[in-house]
Amino acid sequence: MSDVYKGYRGEALALLKAQGVRVWSDADVTTTRGQFTGIILPRSETADDKHIVLKLRNGYNVGITVNTVTGIKEIGYREAHYKIPEKEFPYDPRKPRVKLLGTGGTIASRLDYRTGAVIPAFTPGELYGSVPELADICNLETEKLYGVFSENMGPEQWVGTANAIGREIEKGVQGIVIGHGTDTMHHTAAILSFMVQNSPVPIVMVGSQRSSDRPSSDAALNLIDATKTAAESDIAEVMVCMFGPTSDQYDLLHRGTRVRKMHSSYRSTFRTIGDIPIAMVSRNKIITLRDDYKRRRSDKNVIINTNYEEKVSIVYYYPNMKPDIIDSLIDNGYKGIIIAGTGLGHVNKPLYPALRRAQEKGIAMYMTVQTLWGYVQMFVYDTGRDIMELGVVPGANMLPEVAYVKLGWALGQSSDLIKVKEIMLTPIAGEITEREPHNGYLIYQGGIPEVERFVSSYWK
Amino acid sequence: MPRIFDYGELEEKDYLELGFKSGLEIHQQLKTQKKLFCRCPAGDYYEDYDAEVLRHMRPTLSELGEYDGTALMEFKTRKEIIYQLNNRNVCTYEMDDTPPFELNLEALDIALEVTLLLNCNLVGELHIARKQYLDGSIPAGFQRTTILGTDGWVPYKDRRIGIRQLGLEEDACREVSDRGHRRVYRTDRLSIPLIETVTYPDMRAPWEVAEVAELLRELARATGKVRTGIGRARQDVNVSVEGGTRVEIKGVHRIPYIPRLTHFEALRQANLLELRSELHKRGVTKQTLRSNSIEVTEALKNTAFSPIRGALEREWRVMAVGLAEFKGLLSFPLQPRRDFASEISDRVRVIACLDELPNIVHSEMMDSPLTATEWKKVGSALKAKKDDAIVLVWGDKKDAETAVGEIIIRAREAADAIPNETRQAFPSGINGFERILPGPDRMYPDTDMPPVPLSEERIERAKGRLPLLPWQRRAYYRELGLPQEIIEDLVTDKRAPLLQQALETLPLQPILAAVILSQTLKSLERKGFPTARLRDEALLDLLRRFTDGEFAREGFPDILKLMSTEDWRPGETIAKLGLVKLSDEDVREIVQIVGRVERSLDPQDLEKKWRYLMGVLMAELRGRAPGEKVASFLREVLETGT
Repeated sequence: MSDVYKGYRGEALALLKAQGVRVWSDADVTTTRGQFTGIILPRSETADDKHIVLKLRNGYNVGITVNTVTGIKEIGYREAHYKIPEKEFPYDPRKPRVKLLGTGGTIASRLDYRTGAVIPAFTPGELYGSVPELADICNLETEKLYGVFSENMGPEQWVGTANAIGREIEKGVQGIVIGHGTDTMHHTAAILSFMVQNSPVPIVMVGSQRSSDRPSSDAALNLIDATKTAAESDIAEVMVCMFGPTSDQYDLLHRGTRVRKMHSSYRSTFRTIGDIPIAMVSRNKIITLRDDYKRRRSDKNVIINTNYEEKVSIVYYYPNMKPDIIDSLIDNGYKGIIIAGTGLGHVNKPLYPALRRAQEKGIAMYMTVQTLWGYVQMFVYDTGRDIMELGVVPGANMLPEVAYVKLGWALGQSSDLIKVKEIMLTPIAGEITEREPHNGYLIYQGGIPEVERFVSSYWK
Repeated sequence: MPRIFDYGELEEKDYLELGFKSGLEIHQQLKTQKKLFCRCPAGDYYEDYDAEVLRHMRPTLSELGEYDGTALMEFKTRKEIIYQLNNRNVCTYEMDDTPPFELNLEALDIALEVTLLLNCNLVGELHIARKQYLDGSIPAGFQRTTILGTDGWVPYKDRRIGIRQLGLEEDACREVSDRGHRRVYRTDRLSIPLIETVTYPDMRAPWEVAEVAELLRELARATGKVRTGIGRARQDVNVSVEGGTRVEIKGVHRIPYIPRLTHFEALRQANLLELRSELHKRGVTKQTLRSNSIEVTEALKNTAFSPIRGALEREWRVMAVGLAEFKGLLSFPLQPRRDFASEISDRVRVIACLDELPNIVHSEMMDSPLTATEWKKVGSALKAKKDDAIVLVWGDKKDAETAVGEIIIRAREAADAIPNETRQAFPSGINGFERILPGPDRMYPDTDMPPVPLSEERIERAKGRLPLLPWQRRAYYRELGLPQEIIEDLVTDKRAPLLQQALETLPLQPILAAVILSQTLKSLERKGFPTARLRDEALLDLLRRFTDGEFAREGFPDILKLMSTEDWRPGETIAKLGLVKLSDEDVREIVQIVGRVERSLDPQDLEKKWRYLMGVLMAELRGRAPGEKVASFLREVLETGT
């Protein structure tokens, strides 16, 4: 498809060709529904071939139905070129050095007003143009590692990011910010917690739930707070920095192994599960909520360990699950399986033969809970004891996604199942905790008078 | 010389000479069950709320990498925006925490009807756009909007008024308060579907603007599918004069306000142009304007002027701004009781958020609240020359700084052109600054929403539902021979399409049907019977039963009362009331029996006796026998005895 007809196909493409016009033509279009004047815009490739898109003089876009068109006359040509304005990021020798690593997502971006495409802002100059507050916090350097959507992040990108972090710490940066799409931010936060150990500086993951081309975006505040954390905080851990409440007030710093995206669209979607967050951070200050975090150091003794086994899967158990699900993993050469079981960690009996087969094949199997909150406890019922007999190891209170990436990492360290088990059950970065505080589980129900009183007296 | 005329003092030719031009943007809520992009019920407003959200709006970069003027202005205000949420008709969509659901097709169909009535060119496919609003009136920071048609017209006098476009969009929040750096909104109105009708600037005199607004309102109401009541329709009025600028007077709730508002805005622009000539005569232009500012808190520490005393108590600063060659011009009149200093005060109020008035004092005031000594101190601090004007403003450090900047900006604009502004309407007809008018770059595609095709089938269905337009309807009613007062009632009556349908399908007397469907229903409603809930189909069924002779016309009120209060169907109601229509023979027999008995009794006066007996008989026969039949039978029996 020629670039002159961006996105057009079928009938619409034929019409443009027949009328001798192209994308970016300023045109008078005569139709059986009247006359329209505007610029012919590119068309989304997933849209139908029955319409052409026109940007009218009033700023609105409209579609014109192909079979109503009786004539198109080009009266001009106005191709649009878009770029983010760059302003030199000011250097201040008294400010800390922070590195922003980009993996994708649009933490800062601008929309192409005519086509709706998002242009990411990324260089320090571009970021300074859109979030000038960053210059009050640090001297910012940036590096684009990847440009992928969150769902396309995988072992290759995890390893690359961990290595990049190692390089930056070696270079002496005082903090690292990682821009990331939000969907799998908690997977990446977890794996980085294992691949990057003993970091002397904060490693802060950040993204946005409303893209930064919107006036109400959470992107700028998230980025400001994440950069502040990287530059100033003494928390040398892998963290996720995202909105606390949905209001524009403060971000929460969640430990990378205990955080999870819990709502498909809310700004305050990231929650620490089974524990409390490490800190609250706003433009003015960082308030720590606990004291057991690893402190910032001035050495560079980070340990980067990126060995990883990809043949690991999560099985989300459901009633009436058939053994063929497990069988297919065995037959496809999987080396590790995380089960998200019901309640305290259960699956049905029909699965037992398949589990036994997996055990015989030397596949590492760990149990987690689909309730997300709480510990696996397989001694309470016979079922649990039976399943343990079949080689499934209780994974304490590791979140299923965390156990999944940890098992890949553990199998990357050793294929000896005893060694793997030792790694899996030894907490490395807070993924297993010894105790669950009572306020680690707070899902208050709306409608209850005292909850409504609370909700109405604080900004949500 | 500045000119101040009251409304009514100028004639058509005066406005022509001024180059008066005005156009309308009419926002009209649609009567749909649900909101435009979510499934919340649409329509009700609540005074209480269950939760609040805090947001800050941040300007986004325009196409050219610049910030839009309004966006920057709103950012300068450093406002905290609070949204009040109630659980009944606000969900996570309104608070911008859930993406939009599909476009409400009920709203689309109503908008389509109006677009057809406006003779617009229909688009082939709707593209949802985001129109940025940084004032916080929409939590997302943009309004979702789309247009159905362009370049239509409506007839007015002997010409056509052009319709630029018809848009379908979501309504914004209701503002609760705006004090200091905090603005509060209620979200119940947010996302109620509305149509925006935009005219070309084709109106040439203030009264024409009101007349066209009225005409467009009637046109929308003719569909019977728009909301009525205070604030359900709001007008933005654009005004300019020759050499002036398009200025938007926002949110005019009542059409009768429009003539005075447009008149005084035209006057303001004409006077601002005079002010500019005077500045140019003095050699002051946008480039050459000289100004300086200095803190004078110390110089005024003993002042008796209470606003500044209050500021000093709060440890605020007092700033003085010198405007070279402005002597005498701060009091240059623009509108009744408003001069150029009012424009400056407005900017300080809105942008620096210094909203306790007075928020400035200046050297040109008739009764200066400061003493001559105080002015002298301020003047020497500024090193002011004799032709300079001085403005004093007070606020905390940041606000005072913003205010000084805005005072100089407004003075510079005075030497340049009339600023593009959105202005708020005051009931007296004058207006005040609200915000900088947004630039053209605030529209961009909504990437959350796919395009919606506007198919031929949908258009044909809408055409089949079109009501007669107000002017067509008047002609149609006159043709039917209806009296003028009923015609005027009917033109805005939501049952008018039903009347037309009834007259086209049933052998009805036009006046009878008109009285029942318009006046009887309304009068019962006033008496407390919920006739508004009667469905058109039920009323049509009732009229059909009447033409079939099931009951007499006198039965209508009783039937309608029961149908509306009990929610009964027409057939059921007629049966329960025992309204079986009597044959003429039966009626004659009843009348004869009563008439013969009564003939010999008092009163002897025939006319009196007839009137008395009509009352007695109709109490029994109402709805079962036509009154005129009873009357003539009775007269017959009283006169002849048979």
